[in-house]
Amino acid sequence: MISFRLNGKDVSVDAPEEADLLYVLLNDLKVNGSKLGCGRAQCGSCTVLLDGEAIRSCVTPTKAAEGLEVTTLEGLTTDGRPSRLQQAFIDEQAAQCGYCTAGIIMEAHALLERNPHPTDADVRSALQGNLCRCGTHNRVVRAVLRAANEA
Amino acid sequence: MAHQFRLNRRDLIRAGGFLTLSFGIAGNLSHAPAAEALKLAGDLEDTPLLSAWIRIGADETVTLMIGKVELGQGAVTAVAQVCADELDIDLKRLRMISGDTALVPNEGVTAGSQSMPNCASAVQQAAAEVRHILMELAAEKLKAPIASLTVEDGTLRGEGETKITYWELVTGRELERKATGKVKPKDVADYKYIGTSVPRLDIPAIMTGQALYIQEQRPDGMVHGAVVRPPTYKAKLKKVDTSKVEKMPGVLKVVRNGSFLGIIANRQDQAYDASSALAKDAEWDVEDDLPGDEGIFDWLRSAPMRDEEIINETAGTQHAPARVLEATYERPYQMHASIGPSAAIATLADDGMLTIQTHSQSVFETAKAIARMLGLDPAKVRCQHIPGSGCYGHNLADDAAADAALLAVEMPGKPVRVQYTRPQEHKWEPYGSAMVVKTRVGVDDSGNVLTWNLELWSTPHGTRPDGEPGNLLSARYLAKPFEMPVPENGGPPNYAADRNAIALYDFPAQRVVTHFISEMPLRVSSTRSLGAYANVFAIESTMDDLAHAAGADPVEYRLRFLKDERARDVLRSAAQKFGWEQWSKAEGRGRGIGFARYKNFAAMTAVAVEIEVNRKNGRIRLIRVVAADDSGQTINPDGIANQIEGGVIQSLSWTLKEEVRFDKTGVLSEDWKSYSYPILTFEEVPPIDVVLIDRPGEPFLGTGEAAQGPTAAALGNAVFDATGVRFRRIPFTPKRILAGLKA
Ligand code: FES
Ligand code: FES
Repeated sequence: MISFRLNGKDVSVDAPEEADLLYVLLNDLKVNGSKLGCGRAQCGSCTVLLDGEAIRSCVTPTKAAEGLEVTTLEGLTTDGRPSRLQQAFIDEQAAQCGYCTAGIIMEAHALLERNPHPTDADVRSALQGNLCRCGTHNRVVRAVLRAANEA
Repeated sequence: MAHQFRLNRRDLIRAGGFLTLSFGIAGNLSHAPAAEALKLAGDLEDTPLLSAWIRIGADETVTLMIGKVELGQGAVTAVAQVCADELDIDLKRLRMISGDTALVPNEGVTAGSQSMPNCASAVQQAAAEVRHILMELAAEKLKAPIASLTVEDGTLRGEGETKITYWELVTGRELERKATGKVKPKDVADYKYIGTSVPRLDIPAIMTGQALYIQEQRPDGMVHGAVVRPPTYKAKLKKVDTSKVEKMPGVLKVVRNGSFLGIIANRQDQAYDASSALAKDAEWDVEDDLPGDEGIFDWLRSAPMRDEEIINETAGTQHAPARVLEATYERPYQMHASIGPSAAIATLADDGMLTIQTHSQSVFETAKAIARMLGLDPAKVRCQHIPGSGCYGHNLADDAAADAALLAVEMPGKPVRVQYTRPQEHKWEPYGSAMVVKTRVGVDDSGNVLTWNLELWSTPHGTRPDGEPGNLLSARYLAKPFEMPVPENGGPPNYAADRNAIALYDFPAQRVVTHFISEMPLRVSSTRSLGAYANVFAIESTMDDLAHAAGADPVEYRLRFLKDERARDVLRSAAQKFGWEQWSKAEGRGRGIGFARYKNFAAMTAVAVEIEVNRKNGRIRLIRVVAADDSGQTINPDGIANQIEGGVIQSLSWTLKEEVRFDKTGVLSEDWKSYSYPILTFEEVPPIDVVLIDRPGEPFLGTGEAAQGPTAAALGNAVFDATGVRFRRIPFTPKRILAGLKA
């Protein structure tokens, strides 16, 4: 049994210790926010927050989360309502297929926690490890800056 | 608002109880003479039955069923806008079902920027006819002439206080009436949704983490499948020891069928672990006869080929050219490279029904191919489209569906989800074909084109399932293998390898020859814009060279030969927004422009690019991009802008960085690493300004692929402007730029 807090709730899962956190979140705990993109820490689509820090869940053993707080895209909402950052992504229509977007929002969330008023260059640098194949980059940057400006 | 749209199929089916229109009641249309003479709009021609498209629900909703699917491009939202407008209902009442072979009209493949011209036009006509029928019914009930009725959000009003709703008018079981083609859609001025940036219906769900993608569907009792791919394309399995893997944790079954190897396990991570272990325990006969990424262009020019002259117009040639310019362009294999590896879920039910959830672009033809692969009655195989990661053409979506099916029949009653690993996605998808394009142009004394010749060499651009098991990867490895059918090139008007190979410019003489090679060293299929990317790159780079040789401005030079007014507008708009006239060159900087009308009859797009070249390290920095586009009547401006921005970024990425690496035995590009298969990143993406030219009343043209060719050419032209060196081999890697600058 591995126990941690997931999006504000205590959870315990009976998963193999060495299973990477991504698969435990996606399949055992049935959250959608962390997605498999590469499994090699190269694309960012599996990004979640571990005690507030953006990590690649595809290369993080589940036992590393023991006793810590894991936040996924779902965890940013309040009573199902989108957070300011999520709303900014909706307002900017900052997606095409949206597969990369969950990881990008988590990375951007961590950025805004560190640096509430980033520049365009700060946002791009923070998201340098997140790949998007549909080409929504500029919309994403606009959405993050919008959320920062509305803060 | 968008929140209220219902896209979830299960909800839709649960809502059930559809009432559809009954036509026992008199209606002029049903007695109208058969519409033999009238061609119906888009896909309505193939599925003229109105009830196949639209249902009016007792619960005051309208359900629209379409065969095209959402690929992350906003197509479903755009079609919904058209339907709501034409039917005069609020968008909130509309429910969409797309891509379920058991429920929707067969609209073939969702590809080729065809969703707007074929699906949106069909829906527009179908909705207009349904509205007209409802008005006739209302006229009878309200005892008022049709012309006196008004409609608002499904409520029809006659004189005084009289009114009746769509939901009251509908009493029968079925809408079994064919479209006539005689009802005219609304006047452009009366549209409420068309032409506005209605937010995408699925975006709130994307942003808040609702289960949307196939990769996160988890039906009860689901198990996980994985496959072991051979080390090379044609490898044969010599022997395999499955005993160790069968004892690994969570492994439920090891499946072997000829050279096909699969795993079924309790957990996804266990399935992957078991498949990597199994790969180590397998021995294969491998081949080593590939030309490799350096040898591919010579190979293309010498392979067995079929030559076809697709245009030869010499009527306008009067003088012998003063000069001849010749150039050869090379495009390597490039990937679709979806961010999420392809996936599917298949379940074989007790009644023998095999249901497959898939992000395939061709649910109907894939279902048929899978049925034939498994020897099942096609009526027993159902495909349902569930969104996946963006695909940009024919990727591994259909193969994942086939692999899930191959495993599901080994474990009846259990839903089996298969998701490929990153290396599998990179190495086994069908790439965009490598191509060679050669131009040879004769000009007069002032540098104007007299004779234009283009030749291209290419392997196929279409190997979609098309009902043929041999087009499914794993079917070729089974104990009773299926042969892959020999692919054909596409003919006019769309073309495939030679898409956009005919220049749109008005030259006195033009000849184009396609050398089509059906042999495929690497697996290939439809990749965003097919041959248009390389052909437009070659044509527009050549135009730039010609302008330069003539001492002319590249925009002005193109306008000499571009006759179509809308095309001229697009080119001028891009130049103007870019500030082409005022632009002055800074050290290391360059600008370039490219133009094409996709397929020579669809969207018109011009792209202007400014870049900076670092002569020390050969790196190209993208400074800014301006694109202008005319996609006919605009349904959703922001949707078009999003497609153009995305297309520009993807094409910049292809042109700057992307090339599938392979040697004698197989593909080496297996992930996103810089030496493997890198793509453009956040820091490299430039600002992009999109100018949209709306043409109310003109046909919907579709936008998804329009920017690929013009962007590549604009980038090459900008590098030429910055360095004075012409780069004709894609991608423009720092190594090649440095070598070019030294030469
Ligand atoms: S899936 Fe984890 S970084 Fe790509
Ligand atoms: S929106 Fe499709 S990969 Fe980013």
